[in-house]
Amino acid sequence: MTNATAAIEARGLGKRYGRRWALADCTLTIPAGHVAGLVGPNGAGKTTLISLATGMLIPTAGTVQVLGGAPTGGPGQLARVGYVSQDTPVYAGLSVADHLRLGAHLNPRWDAGLARRRIGQLGLDSRQKAGKLSGGQRAQLALTLALAKRPELLILDEPIASLDPVARREFLQMLMNAVAEQELSVVMSSHQIADLERVTDYLIVLIASRVQITGEVDSLLATHYLLTGPRRAAASLPASQQVITESHTGRQSTFLVRSSEPIIDPAWTVEEVSLEDLVLAYLGHAAGPQNQMLEVNQ
Amino acid sequence: MIWLTWRQFRPQAIAAAGGLAAVAVVLATTRAGLASAYTAAGLSACHAHCATAASIFLDRVGNFDKFLDFGTIILLLLAPALIGLFWGAPLIAREVADGTHRIAWNQSVTRTRWTIVKLGLVGLAAMATAGLLSLMVTWWASPIDAASLAGGSAQAATGGNGVHVTFGGFAEARLDPVIFDGRGVAPLGYAALAFVLGVTAGVLLRRTLSAMAVTLVAFVAIQVLVPNFLRPQLLPPAHFTAPVSAQHGQFNTNVASGVTDIQLTGSFTKPGAWVLSDTIITPSGAQPSDVIMTPAGPEFTTLPRDCKLTPGVRFNPLDCHQTLAAMHLRQSVTYQPASRFWPLQWIETGIYLMLAAGLGGVCVWQVRRRRAA
Repeated sequence: MTNATAAIEARGLGKRYGRRWALADCTLTIPAGHVAGLVGPNGAGKTTLISLATGMLIPTAGTVQVLGGAPTGGPGQLARVGYVSQDTPVYAGLSVADHLRLGAHLNPRWDAGLARRRIGQLGLDSRQKAGKLSGGQRAQLALTLALAKRPELLILDEPIASLDPVARREFLQMLMNAVAEQELSVVMSSHQIADLERVTDYLIVLIASRVQITGEVDSLLATHYLLTGPRRAAASLPASQQVITESHTGRQSTFLVRSSEPIIDPAWTVEEVSLEDLVLAYLGHAAGPQNQMLEVNQ
Repeated sequence: MIWLTWRQFRPQAIAAAGGLAAVAVVLATTRAGLASAYTAAGLSACHAHCATAASIFLDRVGNFDKFLDFGTIILLLLAPALIGLFWGAPLIAREVADGTHRIAWNQSVTRTRWTIVKLGLVGLAAMATAGLLSLMVTWWASPIDAASLAGGSAQAATGGNGVHVTFGGFAEARLDPVIFDGRGVAPLGYAALAFVLGVTAGVLLRRTLSAMAVTLVAFVAIQVLVPNFLRPQLLPPAHFTAPVSAQHGQFNTNVASGVTDIQLTGSFTKPGAWVLSDTIITPSGAQPSDVIMTPAGPEFTTLPRDCKLTPGVRFNPLDCHQTLAAMHLRQSVTYQPASRFWPLQWIETGIYLMLAAGLGGVCVWQVRRRRAA
């Protein structure tokens, strides 16, 4: 992971359709060298952000840079970024082998051996028309195309949303193998927090174009605590403990706090949080009805 | 990019090649008969009475050949439109509908190059298809075209009137607006424009079906407007004027009722010319108020004095002649001479190709700047 520049860097980025802003004034930096998970409720602007970063959309306002270059910068820039879009399109009339040939013709760094190996591992018949593939196979083919072009950065937009659990597991497995072998940065948006937890080491929570929290998963988990103890008000907690969510019963209070210091108060039962707890806490923290729409798929 | 474009276009290319081959076989097998009839009529080496020889030849053209002559014209009128509908409109619209443009745009090829290669390659195929078809048809129909140019008419026996220039039967001049569209290099330009028109509509509308509908309407409108309003003006038309003398008059006289009808016969006979306007004028250049143009030629709405049958006065055809002669009527024709066929073909093809190139630029520009998801 040699690249020191950011994988994706957005500055005041906005995209408007008519009078509706799909993404407004979004500023964020996703560092390279990670498998970064981009999570947020529907309508947060994840797909819009990714479409802008891959040059599928032209921004209405602001700028976005990918690996330090403009998304549609030219053949050289395009060769550095692989992209698998939400619906994983394939040319229905072309065979699997044709898709690999297409990749070989259109990419200077195409790794034909890698592509063939992956198709072999997937057990796909290379003569089969891509239009006849299952959703999972199509997603795998799209991922193979994106990986075999040997990108420095792979951007995935909800790649597993439409897959069944088995296909989802296989897809993520293939992705993780590729990350290990090819040393590439990954940015993937997803609803499936449980799945993300297995593969990501960097997290960005985006709500209504705003970054709620961002950081390496390990350090995020290490600085968030779930506190349970006798009932007390949030205001009575030390200033170093930032309350993300709180809930109270008659005698008991539960807080999810962010704290850079360890919790030493013996009144508390301190538990570590899971990535899912953390994401849900931040989604609940930013008040708004759309936050209820996050899907939690185990 | 060339490989992908070719791979996507392959089924259509095979279909077009098959169609062209079928047409080629039919035309090649029937042309020999046409050519030998042409020679047999003495047209290949004629110096005098060519028009008569040509008419004999045209009268002998068989029904199947007449059907082919008609059918190939229809084919050449349809081919560019079909190319626009089925090659042009879906070229980019279908990719956007299927989302496959997202595959293409995320390979290491800029979308500008993607658009240019698709436009260029399939556009060249469109031009080649229409060009080859026109080449074959022009070659096949050359005896018929040459006979028409020599002044022949399939209806020579019955004769037409000279004021209203008719070429009669199936064999029309190459400059006739419908025939013109099916000969020479023009179909190549039509195919190029129809194709790019389809692509542009697809890029702008993003829906293949609506793009096809818009392409059809726009292309038909162009193909109606250009021959009627633009083509006559591409080169300054030639003018012809000559007196319509009484001697040229032809009376249907009836002793009892006098003159019932006067058919004026002008002297304009230029084989293969494209007549743009044909009027009768008075010496002042105005159109006489009592003469109207009918499909059969100019006709008097009210008969001149001395040509009418007046009760009690004996009708004298000579008086009628003299009255007509005193009117000094002239025939005035604007036309494109037969020799303008190739200049008009090249100019029109050039215009269509330039329009196609301009629209192609619009496509590239639109694909670059428009949202794609």
